[in-house]
Amino acid sequence: MITALRERMSGLKSFQRGIHPPHRKKYSESVPIELFTPESNLLIPMSQHIGPPCKPTIKPREEVTYGQKIAEIDHPISAPIHATLAGKTAMIAVTLLPGPGGRRCDAVPIKLASDGEALPPDFLAQFLDRNWDSVEPTSYDPEEIIQKIRAGGLVGMGGATFPTYFKLKRNPDQPVDTIVLNGAECEPYLTADHRLMLECPEGIVCGLMLAKHAAGAQRAIIAIEENKPDAIEAMKKAAQGRPDVEVMVCAAKYPMGGERQLIPAVLKRVVPSAPKGLPLNVGVVVVNVSTAHGIARAVVKDLPFTHRVVTVTGLGVKKPGNFLTPIGTSFKELIETCAGGVTDQALKVLAGGPMMGPTVPSLDVPVTKGVGGITVMIDAETMHREEQPCIRCGRCIDNCPLYLSPTKIAHAVKHGDYDLANQYDMQACCECGCCAFVCPAQIPLAHYIRAGKNEWNHIQVQRKAANK
Amino acid sequence: MSDAPDAAKPIPLPVKDAGPRGFLVSSAPHLASGATTQRIMFDVVIAMLPLLMVAIYMYRFSAIVLTVITVAGCLAAEALANKLRGRSLASLSDGSAIVTGMILAFSLPPAMAGGSKFYMAFIGGVVAIALGKAVFGGLGNNLFNPAMVGRAFLMICFPAVMAMWTPTAKMLPEETEELALSKGVEVSALTQADVDAITTATPLYQAAKVSEYVAKANAEPEKAEKYQQKANEIRDKMPGLWRLTIGNVGGCVGETSALLALICGLWLVFRGIADWRQPLALLVTVIVFALITNAINSERFAGPLYHLTSGALMFGAFFIATDYVGAPVNPWGRLIFGAGVGLLVMLIRVFGTYPEGFMFAILIMNSLTPLIERWTTPTPFGGHVEA
Ligand code: SF4
Ligand code: SF4
Repeated sequence: MITALRERMSGLKSFQRGIHPPHRKKYSESVPIELFTPESNLLIPMSQHIGPPCKPTIKPREEVTYGQKIAEIDHPISAPIHATLAGKTAMIAVTLLPGPGGRRCDAVPIKLASDGEALPPDFLAQFLDRNWDSVEPTSYDPEEIIQKIRAGGLVGMGGATFPTYFKLKRNPDQPVDTIVLNGAECEPYLTADHRLMLECPEGIVCGLMLAKHAAGAQRAIIAIEENKPDAIEAMKKAAQGRPDVEVMVCAAKYPMGGERQLIPAVLKRVVPSAPKGLPLNVGVVVVNVSTAHGIARAVVKDLPFTHRVVTVTGLGVKKPGNFLTPIGTSFKELIETCAGGVTDQALKVLAGGPMMGPTVPSLDVPVTKGVGGITVMIDAETMHREEQPCIRCGRCIDNCPLYLSPTKIAHAVKHGDYDLANQYDMQACCECGCCAFVCPAQIPLAHYIRAGKNEWNHIQVQRKAANK
Repeated sequence: MSDAPDAAKPIPLPVKDAGPRGFLVSSAPHLASGATTQRIMFDVVIAMLPLLMVAIYMYRFSAIVLTVITVAGCLAAEALANKLRGRSLASLSDGSAIVTGMILAFSLPPAMAGGSKFYMAFIGGVVAIALGKAVFGGLGNNLFNPAMVGRAFLMICFPAVMAMWTPTAKMLPEETEELALSKGVEVSALTQADVDAITTATPLYQAAKVSEYVAKANAEPEKAEKYQQKANEIRDKMPGLWRLTIGNVGGCVGETSALLALICGLWLVFRGIADWRQPLALLVTVIVFALITNAINSERFAGPLYHLTSGALMFGAFFIATDYVGAPVNPWGRLIFGAGVGLLVMLIRVFGTYPEGFMFAILIMNSLTPLIERWTTPTPFGGHVEA
C-alpha cells in the first residue's frame, strides 16, 4: 500500500496493479560482460523464433565460417539462423529446447574450428564498440534497414522471439508513431540488459534510431526502471544529440517490461486484449534493449545475430555474471566454465528469470535467441508448497495487470471447462505470473491458465481438422 | 467415508521431480509473496485481540469464557468434519476455524457465559462450522459467513438469551438500575432479570423505541403529549456518543467500542488483509441513509454518528463484511456487497422489528453474492477477447 502511494506521488511512469517481487539483481549487476567461447560442440536449434522451424541450408560435414547462414525457411514469420562460431557441421541431431513443456526440435551440431579461429579477433571489443555517434539513421533507406534486419536473423530478445523485421515493416493500414525501447528488465535476477545499457548505450540508441526510421515513427522513448540509475544516466548521455528521443523513468514494478504494461505506463495508451490485439493497433512498436543493439550491428556492420548477453545467476551457481555467449552453447558448459558450476544445493535451473522462466530438466540444452538469463535456484530462494483451497481473497484479481479473474479461469481449466475459461478472457492472459505470486493458497494459477490456453489451442486445431 | 474423487483433472500437477541427475521441473513463477492462508487468519486474530481486551475489561470473565468456548466448538466441528471426509487434520492449523469462533463469540451477548448457558455458545460454534462451512465442502466453498450462520442458529434456538443485554462492569450500580428502568414499557422485564445479567435494552433498542413513540405521537394526536414524554424520557437516558464510541455501553461481546473496532479494522486494511471496498461502501451507505432519514425527521431518526458508533456496525464493517468467502471477489462486486449490507442494516434498524440487523444483512447479501459476481465480471484491461 505504501509502495503504491509512493509510486503515485513520485511521478514515475507506472501502470495499475502488478506486484513488487524481490529484485535480487545484486548478484550479477556489477559484473561486466565477459566473452565466453565454448570448447565443445555447439548445437544450434532450428526453432528459435515463433513460427515454423528453419530448414538447414548446409550439408553435414561442411566447413562453415563465423556468421554464415546455415538455415532458413520461406515464411514471413521466421528468422534465418547463422553459424555462431566457425567450424564443421555434423549430422542433424535432435535437441531439447529451453522452453515450457520440454519441446524438442532439430539442431545442427557444429564442431568448432581450432583455437582462435572460431571467432573474429577482438570480438568482445567489437561487440561493445561505442563509436556509433557518426551513424546517421536517415541516410539508410527504410526498406534496406528492414531487409538487413531480416537477413541478420533478429528476433525479439526479451523472450517472445517474434521476428523483429516483421514488427518494424511499414504497413500503411497501421502506421507507427512511437517506438518504445524496453529497458525495464523487470524480471528479478536478470541483468543482461542492464549491463548492455551500461557498456554499449550508443549502440542501443543507434539501433533504436534505425528502428524508428524504418518504421516511420516520429518519436522514440527509452523506458528504464528506476532501480537502474546508472543505466538511466548512460542512456541519457548516449541519447543526447539524437532527435525525438526521450528517456522515461518507470517505477520498479513487475511486469513493467510487458508490452501491455509498458505502453500504458509511458504513453497512456491501452493495447487491445490478446490474442488479436497488438501494440501495433495503437501505433506503437516495442523493441528490447538487446534487439536494438542487434539492429545497429546488423544494419551498420552487416553482422548477423550470433551472440547474446546471458546472465547466469542465482544462489545455485558459484560465480554469477553476464556472459556474451554464442547461440547453441549448452547450459552446462556455460555454467561450468564461466559461473563456476552449480552448487550442491542447486534445485532448479530456469531459462530466464524466476517469474516467467520455464525450468529445464537437465543442463543439456542449448542457449537460444530468446534466453536472456539462466537462473539456478536453491531451495531457500524459491517457493513450492502444497496447493490449498482458494479462500476467495481476491488478491489474484487485485494484482493481475490485465484485470482478469485468475481464480475463475484457473478453476474452470481445472474442471476442463474451457468455454467458461474463455468467458473469463483466458486468452488475454500474458502469463506474467503475478496471480500465482500473490496467492496465499499457493495455487499455481499461472500454470493452470497456461495449460488451459495450450489445451484450448489444441482443441481449436482439432476442430479445424475435423471440419475439413 | 472417504474423500470424494476430485473433479476431472486434465492438468497434471506442476511439480515433478526429474530424478537424481536432473533438476526439479516446476511451473513459473518460482517466487511467491509469502502470504499464506494461515498468516492471513493469524493477522485477523491479532487485529481482534485489542477488541477482546476491551471486552474483558468491560465484561470481565464472560468475554473470555465465551471466546474460548466458541473457538473450541468450531475446532471440534472442523476436526470431526475432516475425520468424516477422510482428510488430514492439517487444515485445523489454517486458523480459519479460530477466526470464525472469535467472530461468533464477539457477536454473542455476554449473558450467555453465565450459569449453565455456556453450552449454547459451544453449540453455536459447532453449528457455525458444521452447517456454515463443512456441508459446503470446507474452507473456500461456503456460501454463507459461518459465524453468522452459527449466530442465526442460536437466535432461533435461544431467542431469550440472545436478546439479553449485559451492562458493562464499568457502569455504576445506579446507572445500571436506571438503564434497566429505561426499558420503559415492560417494567416486568426487570423481575425476569437474570442473576448474572440484567436484561435490558441495548442503545439500539432504545433508539428504536424512541422512533416508535414519535411515530405514535404523530399518529394519535390526542395522546401525543404522553408519547412525546415517554420518548423524551428514553432519549435522556440513551448513552451519549462518547460512551458509545469508547464502548462503555453494554451489548454483545465485540460490539462495544466503535472507535477501537475502527482502528483495528483500519490496521487490517492497511496490512492488505481486509479489502477497503466493503467497509467503505458500507459506512458511506449507512451515513447517507442516516443523513437522509435524519433530515426528514430528526426527532424520530437518529443521526449518522449514532448509527456508526452503536451496535455491531463498526466491528461488522471491518471484520464480518470483509470475510473473503461469502463476499464477491470482484472489485465492483465488493463495493456492491458492502453497500448492500449497509442498506439492509439500516432498513432493519430503522423500520424492522429487530433492533440490530447486521447478521441478517450479511446472510442476505451472502446469498446474493453469486448474482453480484455474475454482474460484475471484470473487463480485461484491453477489453474482452474478440471471438
Ligand atoms: S491471469 Fe495472466 S495476466 Fe493476470 S496475473 Fe495471472 S498470469 Fe498475469
Ligand atoms: S489469490 Fe488465491 S486464494 Fe486468493 S482468490 Fe485468488 S486463487 Fe483464491
